[in-house]
Amino acid sequence: MEITPLGDRSVLVRVAANFEEAPEHALQQVLTSHRCLVAAKIPGVIELAPAYTSVALFYDPVRAIDAGAAVEDVFGWLEQRIREALAKAHGIRSEQMKVSQVEIPVCYDGEFAFDLEDVARRAGLSPNEVVDLHSGGEYRVHCVGFIGGFPFLGGLAPQIATPRRETPRKEIPAGSVGIGGKQTGIYPIKSPGGWSIIGRTPLRLFDPQENPPGLLRTGDRVRFRPISREEFEKSAS
Amino acid sequence: MKATAVRAGFLTSVQDLGRAGLREFGISPGGALDPHALRVANLLVGNKESAAGMEITFGGLRLRFADDRIVAWCGGNFDARVGSASLAAGHPALVHSGEDFSIESPAIGCRAWIAISGGIDVPVVLGSRATDLKADFGGMNGRPIRDGEEVPLGENSERAKTLAEKLRAQRIASWKPPHNWSSPAQRAPVLRFIRGSDASHVTPEAMETFCEAGFFVSPDSDRMGVRLDGPRLERTSELDLLSEAVTPGTLQIPPDGRPILLLNDCQTIGGYPKVAHVITFDLAIAAQLRPGDTVHFSEISLPEAHRALFEREHDLQQFRRGIESHFK
Repeated sequence: MEITPLGDRSVLVRVAANFEEAPEHALQQVLTSHRCLVAAKIPGVIELAPAYTSVALFYDPVRAIDAGAAVEDVFGWLEQRIREALAKAHGIRSEQMKVSQVEIPVCYDGEFAFDLEDVARRAGLSPNEVVDLHSGGEYRVHCVGFIGGFPFLGGLAPQIATPRRETPRKEIPAGSVGIGGKQTGIYPIKSPGGWSIIGRTPLRLFDPQENPPGLLRTGDRVRFRPISREEFEKSAS
Repeated sequence: MKATAVRAGFLTSVQDLGRAGLREFGISPGGALDPHALRVANLLVGNKESAAGMEITFGGLRLRFADDRIVAWCGGNFDARVGSASLAAGHPALVHSGEDFSIESPAIGCRAWIAISGGIDVPVVLGSRATDLKADFGGMNGRPIRDGEEVPLGENSERAKTLAEKLRAQRIASWKPPHNWSSPAQRAPVLRFIRGSDASHVTPEAMETFCEAGFFVSPDSDRMGVRLDGPRLERTSELDLLSEAVTPGTLQIPPDGRPILLLNDCQTIGGYPKVAHVITFDLAIAAQLRPGDTVHFSEISLPEAHRALFEREHDLQQFRRGIESHFK
């Protein structure tokens, strides 16, 4: 584990050394650490943000100093409290971690799936086989970010991994489901982007009028359910 | 209880101190690019420090008031007026119903924060009134203020009414906060930074260049980040890193070697090497950078960065106590 300053108001806690080799293990480490750091209620801490192998902790140095940190060593003071909090992580078993299971309906119809044929051609598969592989998988959210509510999902069948497009699209419609490298994800709002688009969900992944505003959190389990164009229209209206 | 933006200007948005706690959903804090300037402006008009005000970019704003209000602004070296009188940064002024406040053409800097007594009363979305221009929510329906638009205002506080009475005759208060609070913009500034954890992902020569050379602010800069032209900073690898959190002040190096200094509307995560972080205190200066400006960087320690913030907060508390007499 490495604790390092991320500027003068945040700290990066790198809890796993490697992601690619053992993504599930890294996710578990991140989730337990995140939970311990939330529970620790360290004075001056404003929020925590998990991503892949790290948890970032954002703090107000003035409040930390008011709570007893020396001006000359706010980082050391925080680091000690972070280590104390994480020492309790060993007691938490993975079964105790509650994560949501979310099913996402996706219409893979050609009209929404700009790049489905391209993904199929690269993989040497038919478009239907790509859809079967994509909707047959079980995914985990490893990170939410880039834009509000965008989930980065691990667990994609390696056959349909597709490099990012050389020229990103200027505008990808909200709800578009894409493949970017070994990950799949969903554009919650219309945005520029470089992922290959293979379908669209009628679900709203990000709604600022709701609290929480995002449908998915890091750690959630996700499945995709193929739906017809009719069902898409019905759910979208 | 409103003001009309007779002219809205180049880019004017409703901002407060931003929204915390939403990074796990990919939402950055946003809010005024110089929150200290907005806090000070709010104190000057008798508001809570967290009240919503306006952030203007390059000026061009003309506001017409429908009732009496106290107005103050902090930011770049703009030319501001109430009615026909010139209004310097940091001085609260009484604006009468039917009168205009206008702010134009900065000589140095590019942004200013305007506080109006009563605050801007747009709905609170996810704990803040700030406009998120990237995700299109908050403020005036998630977008900049438009020409001719009416901006809702909250009620004048008793404090503001007392100050208004005192300013009946002279109109503009003679007192003001410290100069570098009301006018933080500098010509060719030096921004202080602390070294980032990925500094070893650029060559040692690149790190040396970063500390010594001057950079130019590129035109494709905005509230998400300041892009810098000048010497390219060579990375040790073309490959990006696994994405981790980034934050306002983070200075990252994309593959083309042109540094990007992130500001409040930045993404929450990024995979470019984070070679430096401009200290929070100096982000007030960074918020004033405009295309073509030169900027230098100078390394300091993390405790020095914390001391700067701590001392400013202490001074702000004293200032808060000091101006109380004007509201009684």
